Amino acid sequence: MTGLLVTARDAVHARFLVEGVPLPLNLRGLAILHAGPVMVKSGSKWVCRSIGPTTSMRMEYYEYEFIEKTGVKVVIGKGGMGSKTAEACKKFKAVYAVFPGGCGALGAEAVEEVVGVEWLDLGIPEALWILKVNELGPLVVTIDAYGNNLTELVKNSAKARASSIINQLKRST
Amino acid sequence: MASASREVHGRLIEALKSFISIVSTRLPDDVLKALRKAYEAEVGGYARLVYQAVFKNLEIAIAKSVPLCQDTGVLEFFIELGRSFPFSIELLKAIGEAVAEATEEGFLRPNVVDPATERNTGNNLGPRIPWIETTLVSGDHADVYLYMAGGGSSRPGSARVLDPAQGLEGLLEYVVNTVVEYGIHACPPLVVGVGIGPTAEVAASLSKRALLRPVGLRSPIPRMAELEEKLERVLDELGIGPQGLGGKKTVLAVHVEYAGRHPATLAVGVSTSCWALRRGHLRIFPDLTYRVLSHGV
Repeated sequence: MTGLLVTARDAVHARFLVEGVPLPLNLRGLAILHAGPVMVKSGSKWVCRSIGPTTSMRMEYYEYEFIEKTGVKVVIGKGGMGSKTAEACKKFKAVYAVFPGGCGALGAEAVEEVVGVEWLDLGIPEALWILKVNELGPLVVTIDAYGNNLTELVKNSAKARASSIINQLKRST
Repeated sequence: MASASREVHGRLIEALKSFISIVSTRLPDDVLKALRKAYEAEVGGYARLVYQAVFKNLEIAIAKSVPLCQDTGVLEFFIELGRSFPFSIELLKAIGEAVAEATEEGFLRPNVVDPATERNTGNNLGPRIPWIETTLVSGDHADVYLYMAGGGSSRPGSARVLDPAQGLEGLLEYVVNTVVEYGIHACPPLVVGVGIGPTAEVAASLSKRALLRPVGLRSPIPRMAELEEKLERVLDELGIGPQGLGGKKTVLAVHVEYAGRHPATLAVGVSTSCWALRRGHLRIFPDLTYRVLSHGV
């Protein structure tokens, strides 16, 4: 992905949706990243040393409403999201994509510029960072704009296998 | 501070900071080896794509000396103090300062939130954090083990007291269900630490100790080694794969550590690590020279 990317994780979602504080910028048509970067200040400029996704599932509580209210089109994170987010993707025509978790150095390599930061009082990981990125990836779309959810498929299949394995064990003892 | 003790303090800070920066920017040798092996097991789909990103990421992190994952966790230190190591108190005192400086220099993300104020402390120091456990051993050096407890990979952590009648099958069921429900979001392939003991907190603590064991090293106790192998087989069969995108390897390893239990309890604890298992082993000698034994650097 190339273009403008805004970080938004737990505290940004909560401040906007639970406390009702308006977001400091318009996210309509943009992409957000569930991430808390390592940032250091060099003179007056922020430099991103490491940035990768955080566990998106924690944002499942909020994401339907977040997509609905902001008009965001791409949500990037890791670990996949649940059925409510999938429903929002279908209804409001958005997608959710996975960037491989743990790849903070690879993510930072794609950051061309830290354009700005808002809500820094939430702390560095939780602040809303506005970034210009060039070819951030690989990204795997796991929820498409029809609401298909790859993570749900993998999880359901794992659950089915788990219960068959556990039943086998119980029969053998 | 007298100049001799100032020098001791300075050298301990230097050793600890260098150690923290290594653990933040590169994986220990055993984890890297396990990841390469897991990559070879994958045949296609998104799994290979994920590993390629992982290996590229590790190269960049070393070349640029930046944290390989932005979540550098909450720092946990497990220290074995040799009884004739001359600087035990000085070492324990230096840890906080080294952590704060490593944060300032961008090797650690300021993660620590004080639950009483809900504010991020900004320097990775907070009530009882960094977490430090010490053990007294014979010898003249100090062995410092560091584990960076990331948020995503700590999220599946749990402990529970089973009834002995549930046996190892009950334990296996508990571990499998924990990984199915939470493991997919915790950056697999995982290293799963399992603790067994009399009470929930002993089992939980041992499950973390299990993550400190080099990946691939089996329990020396045959019955526990068997349990580790069985759990690895079963968890891989779930097909969760790297990043939960499907694949052959859901775990890099399962390690079991245990303690004697009560006749009426079978407590089990589970701690998981993401693929980016950042831990290290630093040895500080009595003359304050040091070696990082976990990393071939």
